[in-house]
Amino acid sequence: MKNKWLSGPYIAWMLLFTIIPLGVVVYFAFTDSATGSFTLHNISEIADFLPTFLRSIWLSIAATVICLIIGYPVAYYIAHCEPRKQRMLQMLIMLPMCMSFLLRTLAWVALLEDTGIINSALSALGLKTLPLIRNNGAVILGMVYNYLPYMILPLYTVIMKIDPRLIEAAQDLGCNRKQVFSKVTLPLSVPGIVSGITMVFVPAVSTFYISQKLGPSDTVMIGDVIEYQSKKANNMNVGAAMSLVLMILIFICVGIMNRFTNESDEESMVTL
Amino acid sequence: MAKELIRLSNVVMEFDKERILNSINLYINDSEFLTLLGPSGCGKTTTLRIIGGFLTPTEGNVLFDGERINDVPAYKRQINTVFQRYALFPHLDVYDNIAFGLRIAKLPEDEIDERVTEMLEIVSLKGFENRKVDSLSGGQMQRVAIARALVNRPKVLLLDEPLGALDLRLRKDMQVELKRIQQAMGITFIYVTHDQEEALTMSDTIVVMDKGRIQQIGKPEDIYNEPKNAFVADFIGESNILDGVMLDDYQVKFFGRTFKCVDKGFEKNEPVDVVIRPEDVDIVPADQGHLCGTVTSVTFKGVHYDTIVDFKGFKWLIQTTDFCPEGSYIGIRLNPEDIHIMHKSEYSGMFGDYSSYSSEYDEIADAEVTEDEE
Repeated sequence: MKNKWLSGPYIAWMLLFTIIPLGVVVYFAFTDSATGSFTLHNISEIADFLPTFLRSIWLSIAATVICLIIGYPVAYYIAHCEPRKQRMLQMLIMLPMCMSFLLRTLAWVALLEDTGIINSALSALGLKTLPLIRNNGAVILGMVYNYLPYMILPLYTVIMKIDPRLIEAAQDLGCNRKQVFSKVTLPLSVPGIVSGITMVFVPAVSTFYISQKLGPSDTVMIGDVIEYQSKKANNMNVGAAMSLVLMILIFICVGIMNRFTNESDEESMVTL
Repeated sequence: MAKELIRLSNVVMEFDKERILNSINLYINDSEFLTLLGPSGCGKTTTLRIIGGFLTPTEGNVLFDGERINDVPAYKRQINTVFQRYALFPHLDVYDNIAFGLRIAKLPEDEIDERVTEMLEIVSLKGFENRKVDSLSGGQMQRVAIARALVNRPKVLLLDEPLGALDLRLRKDMQVELKRIQQAMGITFIYVTHDQEEALTMSDTIVVMDKGRIQQIGKPEDIYNEPKNAFVADFIGESNILDGVMLDDYQVKFFGRTFKCVDKGFEKNEPVDVVIRPEDVDIVPADQGHLCGTVTSVTFKGVHYDTIVDFKGFKWLIQTTDFCPEGSYIGIRLNPEDIHIMHKSEYSGMFGDYSSYSSEYDEIADAEVTEDEE
């Protein structure tokens, strides 16, 4: 049954809180902060922040790749457990998501700090302390920790849905375990891989706070710059322009990614 | 004459302490069309999966060409399977599905192309090379599944209820098609089905199974004409199964009358099951009949009428082209070769009465009482 009124509340919500704000962002991005007249000045100012953009993208790609490398085997393992164990593991994966994002990041600070838990333990044992915080590695770690569940869950869903008879069919046709994986399981989990990458990369590239707390003090990520421009520098227009450019960049990335899946697999994909 | 290819000896399969297969002994000849026939849960698919290498039997041996293959994994066996509901790879098109096994075997691409093209022709799917498998109809998917298995030129092809999802007409066509392919390629087919007609149409040998045991092995004609027990008689075709007593060789008594028959070798006065196929009964006027009864229902079936006749409370099914209206009193004649005698088995009394199911046992008992009194 089709009832267009059922989607009414959502359409109203979208209009109010997505479409209109988007229009506002576009308006701010192309207007002068003082006069309110049309200008490309905000956009051109972004050129100064190019290294920050690139750094954000680079760190996010690294985090996404690590999430995929860690996440795939975990998802594969969970999908092949017995149902009761599956539910338990799934809950464990989601458990960190129930805690505040800020709290989780602060917990990592407490762990990694020069006087944090790990280094205190090391020095108590008479070992040399390690420079664990204030570097790119710590930022990537923070992102991987925060976004890993978003990689595992779509992968798990897709791997679990693979018909076991297809695996048997592959064995029947002469595939050993490695070939079953590379010829059947992996190709059939591509939609999950694409979803997972999208769901990790998109929030990672626009993230803020993680790099403020865990990253090197001299460099920031684009999310932090947007936050700074909008709140502290009171320059909404440059912040809006940055958001707009970032959004377009994300669209391009997702677009490229979606080309990897066939039309028939669209159902399990995240489209932004 | 025929060479033995596969042998199962004393194969037992248990899942969670539950016996699914009980001491299966079976040999399968080269180039034979063998059907495992039985109701769902009888163990036929389990048997097939053991042969395919997807299950390892709890006890017993599986021999292929005289070699024990219990522990040889599926991918190393010269056996291919057509799976129930096909199990085609959704990420590959028709051509790549069929070429899958050959690519795994790392054959040169031009030979692959030759064999896939040849196979497409055999299953009449030329021109479908680049179609996605989920855009195919059931019958087409079925044929891709068969081509994907046969292109590897296996020694044995296992088919697990391959025609189950097709409509009647297509199923009949595919039965003929499968038999043709099997004969043309000279490959051993092991076919699993619960459809007795399908089994009779296609097989060289039928293995009737129930409750994890083999009930009977034989040619289709033998299984039909000489069923070993009430289960087989009832499962393969329709049967009226009556209680009788074997008086002597070639003499059986039921319904208080002695009939001539063609069976011998039973003990004197041994209680037996008597099978009478519904199409073997001749209807005659009441005064000329061996037995007389009242018609209680008539159903038109196209080729014949299913006529239910009440003989002293025991209802028979008679298939006849003569129309006898409900309520008419008729006689029947039985020729000696129409009567088939079986030893009593655990299945005795469970099948072969066409009365309503609930009163089945009572009416059999009643018939025995009247018989004794006479």
